[in-house]
Amino acid sequence: MYKVVIGLEVHCELTTKTKNFSSAPNEFSDYPNEHVATVDLGLPGILPVANKEACRKALLTAMALHCKTPDEVIFDRKNYFYADLPKGYQITQNTKPMGIDGYLDIMVDGHVKRVDIHDLHLEEDTASLEHFPKYSLIDYNRSGVPLIEIVTEPCLSSADEAVTFFEDLRDVFLFLGVSEAKSNYGQMRCDVNISLMEEGAKELGTKVEMKNINATQSIRAAIEYEIERQSELLSKGEKVIQETRRIGLDGKTYSMREKVDALDYKYFIEPNIPSTPITDDFIYELKQELPELKLDRYLKYIEEYKMSEYDAGVLSKERSISDYFEEVLSYDTDISLAVNFVTSTVLGTLNKLEITLEEFPITPKMLSGVIKLVHEGKISLDHARKILYQAIEEKKDPVELIEKQNLHQIDDESELLELITGIMEENKEIVRQYVEDGNMGAINFFIGQTMKKSNRQANPNKSKDIIIKELERRKK
Amino acid sequence: MYRGKSITELREELDKGSITKEELFSHANTLAHSFQEDYNSFVTIIDKPKFKERESLVSGIPYALKDNFSTSGILTTGSSNILKDYIPVYDATVYKKLKNAGAVLVGKTVLDELAMGGTGTTGHTGVVKNPWDKTRMIGGSSAGSAAAVSLGIVPFSIGSDTGDSVRKPAAFGGVVGFKPTYGRISRYGLFAFASSLDHVALFTRNVKDAAIVTDIIKGQDPMDMVTLKDDGKKYADTLDEDIKGKKLFYIKEICSKEFYKDYLDEELESVLDQFQELVQKCRDLGFVVEEVSMDQKLLEAIYPTYMCISCAEATSNNANLTGIQFGPRGEGDSIEQIMFDARTKGFSELIKRRFILGSYILQKENQEKLFKNAGRVRRMIVDKITEFFKEYDGMILPASGGIAPEFTATSEKVEKLSPRYLILENHLAIGNFGGFPSITLPYGFVKDMPIGVNITGRIKEDDLVLNMAHKIESVTGLKDQYCKVGDIDV
Repeated sequence: MYKVVIGLEVHCELTTKTKNFSSAPNEFSDYPNEHVATVDLGLPGILPVANKEACRKALLTAMALHCKTPDEVIFDRKNYFYADLPKGYQITQNTKPMGIDGYLDIMVDGHVKRVDIHDLHLEEDTASLEHFPKYSLIDYNRSGVPLIEIVTEPCLSSADEAVTFFEDLRDVFLFLGVSEAKSNYGQMRCDVNISLMEEGAKELGTKVEMKNINATQSIRAAIEYEIERQSELLSKGEKVIQETRRIGLDGKTYSMREKVDALDYKYFIEPNIPSTPITDDFIYELKQELPELKLDRYLKYIEEYKMSEYDAGVLSKERSISDYFEEVLSYDTDISLAVNFVTSTVLGTLNKLEITLEEFPITPKMLSGVIKLVHEGKISLDHARKILYQAIEEKKDPVELIEKQNLHQIDDESELLELITGIMEENKEIVRQYVEDGNMGAINFFIGQTMKKSNRQANPNKSKDIIIKELERRKK
Repeated sequence: MYRGKSITELREELDKGSITKEELFSHANTLAHSFQEDYNSFVTIIDKPKFKERESLVSGIPYALKDNFSTSGILTTGSSNILKDYIPVYDATVYKKLKNAGAVLVGKTVLDELAMGGTGTTGHTGVVKNPWDKTRMIGGSSAGSAAAVSLGIVPFSIGSDTGDSVRKPAAFGGVVGFKPTYGRISRYGLFAFASSLDHVALFTRNVKDAAIVTDIIKGQDPMDMVTLKDDGKKYADTLDEDIKGKKLFYIKEICSKEFYKDYLDEELESVLDQFQELVQKCRDLGFVVEEVSMDQKLLEAIYPTYMCISCAEATSNNANLTGIQFGPRGEGDSIEQIMFDARTKGFSELIKRRFILGSYILQKENQEKLFKNAGRVRRMIVDKITEFFKEYDGMILPASGGIAPEFTATSEKVEKLSPRYLILENHLAIGNFGGFPSITLPYGFVKDMPIGVNITGRIKEDDLVLNMAHKIESVTGLKDQYCKVGDIDV
């Protein structure tokens, strides 16, 4: 058995109106070369203009990943020649990344694992190339799109950990609203570095790099295949070659090129973008914006709210739902009722109607109002649900509906007693079955009848108590 | 009638109606063609101009633009084979501003290939000659723009100045060359050579015209992040401010004969003598002029520092010239080979040498020692000059140690490690290191060739530099000078 050491370099395109250094729209397009400015083509004389929103989002992400942030924003040039890089250099951050020395906690097999982050930097995407047998085409739509790269330390030790980190990182982007992080649009992709070492060895083994993997299944397949391939080589006493490999459609990895020496990118500070100081005020402003992340919410739900792991998972998975749930709670609402209503009624309706929370007509405040009535025993759970469905359909405030339809419960015990004794008079046979044969089903029968006769207004708990009392009394 | 007239004079005639802008253009066009064979100022001469009706001091005034400014629909070559057929799709901000002010473009001028060089001999369309003596250089890299103003073809022209590329040829051509503060004029659309040193600059035949043109083309540009906030000033309006008591300094280690020993020849002696005469005239005008001392080693470091920074930035800035997006496509079986071939064929040897130097300087193992140290020395020099500026309003120095060199003065004749070359021929780069406003104006003759004096001032004080230069111009007797060669007037 060998110890597996994995490091990831995750790229994610940021959501902004325009590109990182030009005024071309940052949008996906089915038409090649539709969103292109002179700057994105690297024409002679062009100058980059930094995108404030991209910087803000990169910094926000760095802070969410517990990174140390720099005192100023500066960029560097990474110099190399390639057909997808029109300027002959990429504007990126080498001297002062937006964040260094951070971490993200992930949950693997029920344990919290801390993934150390080396750095997060902001850069620009390259153009995309499409190769044909005799020629290649270049599409500059992607050229200059703002991209953050998150580099982990080599601290992951399995495909599970790598995949969980990748997916949790996606959730971070979504929670922060910095990217849509869609793998199928190439908005989120990753390079995997993997090496194997003898258990107890001090030095890392030879590293193999796998580039540009979009889908989580591919990350898993590539890692699993590499572990197998490298283990086999090592166990035969052969050497792993330091190289770049690509993943094929069959899930196997294939050699692309051997890495003789790391390229010298001749980094230097981009002289056309003046340094912008990051003020304490700005950091404070960003801190106010930082949401609680998924895992923190999950753990809070379990530890503080005493929720089941299942419910905690469902309610922390998406930020909008989690925020909705927490807003319901903010009105001093009973937690278990809130969990019940959000997981069943709210999520059920969203699924059934195929709508998003934004389109959902019941606000957290309305829902908490309904829950309060249930909690105080003023309406039944059953009623509450029915009212909610009606409110959703009619796009009305459920509490108002309750008031309007005078659906308040009959709480008065003498009133209930009168109603129930009347029903028992009409159903003497059922009473007899209870009294003489001990048929417990009679209780539910009378509850049902009581509800029916009262137009579902009878307080179910009180009714039940009275029914049992009356039936017991008749036994004697 | 037209040749050699200043913007101010032409403006008056246009406003009076004694001449039309169409006639002005036609005169400039005729002159441009007449002198083209002998002096080679232009890569492109415009024959069908577009006139715009505009209210501005330069409306209807012909001008020339260095061929490294992007002009939509007009060939822009950077005087390099790698761009010999390149027609831009967008306008440089400077060009756009001049167009909007109604100035009329007469042609795109020859430069040293990609603005690298100071001889005017390396452009892909041939050598630019000095109007005052055809056996001599005009200097560069803004060679054609200097020659066009010196010949009286146009009253002003635009160049770019990374080390002294406007202020040196201005001296050799006997005209005014002004480089405002870094960030005063947008560089958007100027083909980048060394971004941290690149300035848009201009040639005119008097200081007032320089102020007028600067007023038109300056200003903050959202396309160039290093541009300064508008200062809201009109430099042409403050040229006559009183300068009494303004303090100038010159550097002993540059201006005293004793430092040149064996290298002191007749030419240099005359340059330095006339400089002292001018200094006296400045004192008579009311300036306080004092001598200061500066570490000679620091002054000798200007040239290597400039080379390190400019070559490094140039390698990166010109990495877009691969023949992939534009320019002549290279041959080969792979992307690498195609780029390699295009760049091998497209650049002259001199340019390749600079790229190799720049690449070497930026290599990981050399960066600290070469690139970063060059940055530190740059800082030291700028700090020292800034310290002088605490006491003085400006620095006055001879722009060169001699007159325009002959074409035969090949590199073996110029001792590049001599103090004369290292200091006297390179100190103008101080203006680029610090982004200081800096102006060269003619102040005399040596062997019938013009020589220039340079005044450099505090950052952002473009108005004061122009104001002081305007005063000094009044005692040189060389205002509105141009070379009357060719016996042509239109």
